[in-house]
Amino acid sequence: MSIDATDRKILTATQGGLPLTAQPYAEVAGWLGLEEAEVVARISAMIDSGVIRRIAVAPNHYALGMVANGMSVWDVEDARSEELGAQIGALDFVSHCYLRPRALPDWPYNLFAMLHGATRAEVEAHREEVKTLLGQALRSCDILYSTRILKKTGMRLSKGST
Amino acid sequence: MRRQPLPEGALDATDRALINLLQEGFPLSNRPYAEVGAQLGCSEEDVLKRLGHLREIGAITRFGPFIDAAAMGGAFCLCAMAVPQDRFEDVMTLVNAHKEVAHNYERVHHLNMWFVLACDQPEGIDQAADQIEAETGIAVKRFPKLKEFFIGFKVSA
Repeated sequence: MSIDATDRKILTATQGGLPLTAQPYAEVAGWLGLEEAEVVARISAMIDSGVIRRIAVAPNHYALGMVANGMSVWDVEDARSEELGAQIGALDFVSHCYLRPRALPDWPYNLFAMLHGATRAEVEAHREEVKTLLGQALRSCDILYSTRILKKTGMRLSKGST
Repeated sequence: MRRQPLPEGALDATDRALINLLQEGFPLSNRPYAEVGAQLGCSEEDVLKRLGHLREIGAITRFGPFIDAAAMGGAFCLCAMAVPQDRFEDVMTLVNAHKEVAHNYERVHHLNMWFVLACDQPEGIDQAADQIEAETGIAVKRFPKLKEFFIGFKVSA
């Protein structure tokens, strides 16, 4: 799976956001001296190959009133971790759910899910819902609340070749 | 990024439906905003106006392609450290100085510092983590993503 210099130009041009004009792909094509059809075809190919996960909005949880959040962590049976991870990821109040390796002996958890709510109590209630969902497959769990953002720069694509 | 809730009534039902719909994906066509409008029962112009407004008031943080760094040969790794309270600020300065550290949070746990390493090359992850261990004398626990389950986050209508 590789992208060429033109693909990279399209990604660099759009990572700040897709233009809010009636024909956004034609606009991007105009910036780069390409045809609209080529931009669409290249984005489509990058979605198929997995380089682009999706074209979408990212909601601001804080602005939308979800000011409380916690990183919930769960130790579930390996045999059922993928099936249960998908079920947790599908819950309305979960923004992301990941399967990660355990770090035994002091970190037994293999599923990580970010839980969001308007209040800490709501996050705790959501946590109970996840416990119920996991049922017998759950061995232990915890939740880590953040107290401070120490750094946040986000991921930016460098402008290097390929 | 806005970290305070918007005032009550800042978003109407159509705004909420738009945010929910556009988390799933956006059409690849000549007039994609018109297609989105057709699904919501509003005009292309209205969709554009609403998106611009949602961005302006900070209801959405991004709108565009989401890139998978791993698919492009890069790598991400969630890492955690158990930092003694009296060394916290010094360790934070050392950790944050690494350009590979994309974000870093203090959390209430024995493992109290959680950060994400983002690198162009997969081997960059262990290099950066090893270097942080050498500089701080504290183990960097690594939790690479094995699988991601993402469906989205719904704004109650």
